[in-house]
Amino acid sequence: MPRPRAIDCDLHPAVTGFAALAPHLEPYWRDSVEDRGMEALESASYPPNAPITARADWRPAGGRAGATLAQLRTEALDRFGADIGILNCLFPVQLPFSEDMSAAFARALNDWVRAEWLDRDPRLRASIVLPMASPEHAVEEIERLAPDRRFVQGMILAMGEVPAGRRTFWPVYAALERHGLPLAIHAGSAYRHPVTSVGWPSWYLEDYAAHQQGFQSTLASLVTEGVFAKFPGLRVVLLESGVSWLPPFLWRLTKTWKGVRFEVPWVDRPPAEIVRDHVRLTVQPFDAPDDPDLVRRLLDHLRSDELLLWASDWPHWQFDGDAVAPPGLPADLLPRIMVDNPLATYARLREEGVPS
Amino acid sequence: MAARYVVAPAAEIPPGARKVVEAGQGRRIVVFNLGGEFFALLDRCPHQGGRLSEGKLCGLVESDEPGVFRYGRKGEILRCPWHQWEFDIRTGRSWHDPDRTRVRAFPARVERGAALREGPYVVETFPVRVEDDYVVVEA
Repeated sequence: MPRPRAIDCDLHPAVTGFAALAPHLEPYWRDSVEDRGMEALESASYPPNAPITARADWRPAGGRAGATLAQLRTEALDRFGADIGILNCLFPVQLPFSEDMSAAFARALNDWVRAEWLDRDPRLRASIVLPMASPEHAVEEIERLAPDRRFVQGMILAMGEVPAGRRTFWPVYAALERHGLPLAIHAGSAYRHPVTSVGWPSWYLEDYAAHQQGFQSTLASLVTEGVFAKFPGLRVVLLESGVSWLPPFLWRLTKTWKGVRFEVPWVDRPPAEIVRDHVRLTVQPFDAPDDPDLVRRLLDHLRSDELLLWASDWPHWQFDGDAVAPPGLPADLLPRIMVDNPLATYARLREEGVPS
Repeated sequence: MAARYVVAPAAEIPPGARKVVEAGQGRRIVVFNLGGEFFALLDRCPHQGGRLSEGKLCGLVESDEPGVFRYGRKGEILRCPWHQWEFDIRTGRSWHDPDRTRVRAFPARVERGAALREGPYVVETFPVRVEDDYVVVEA
């Protein structure tokens, strides 16, 4: 396999509505959506007109950002030189309270990604969007799609119904580990709870910033519940998580662990080490000042060159022009982030031949 | 070279008990009796100087997999009262970072008073009688 120029690990194809999903919905659910008059699902995480949801120059007149393969090619893949791109669809199938509805929508969404995107550009790979309201359904979806090697991970949102480390989800993690699929955790919420731990925020700014707390709590749950002790082969990829919060959070987690580790004896080494061995993060957003010295110091605090994965977060508005690389990232680190680290993280990207 | 300090009559530190003693140069040492075996540690946590003598003695809990608590060595693990770091009273090593974070441990044993008369020993504050047992610390 020739070395790719870059691997974009976080791309968001947009579903324009249930009309687009309809061919992939099972007949009962297709008619049910029509009966109910459901046109789309919109999550408060990415309101269509919020600035973060799409860059201004990626909003077509009369169309929706991120909605077509042509947009993806010209705006991201070709423009930023990615030979492989991973699609993480955020159509919020996590929102319905019905486990059956949520799982049916997830199946349709994953089939839509396969038919409308993966089948039409050999550079593309995708997440299996997991309906975590029911771990049984999530496992079924992994088993259904894992044989297609273009699905390279399973994806959940940072904030679900209960903390992600709980044992009720372990069959899902066992299935992912068995198939060599990382667990991707994307910013977002199923909105079962306020997105902050102190109650509902008033503004979008609070909501978006709060996702960092969600990532922290989810990461702490995975570590303390022993997911990485139970599934040592499991890798976790944080998507659109931001990066700069991680070192101080790990300092706190590790410091406190020293004094209460007897509560969680399966956490038998410092949480910071466990996270460094198992967890990866995409670089958009990075959430650091532009000062290269500060960025370098922050990277030192990560204490590893292996943690970061290249991502444009297309079509979300994280940067202008072609500045995919966060300002201040050392040039010699870029090849690792763009190619080596994604290849090390995703076993399926290392496979020979064209997947099908 | 370490001096040998006679720190207490053995009967003063029954099994499960502890005693803080001065062992020269202003050093505070805490001596534990663990079922008849004596162990001595510097009474100062290597973290921020908490008095280990005021910490709780616990068992050791480890795990082979999440949800499984393997528990044993009751009374052999000392938790610093300040931040609950765990130290093995047999070795002084911390649980979380045994190679780098350790409290200084001193050899401790019981000697007959008669043997102590032969020296060289430092006896701080009490008379030694030949027929009694004493805890001796090399520090």
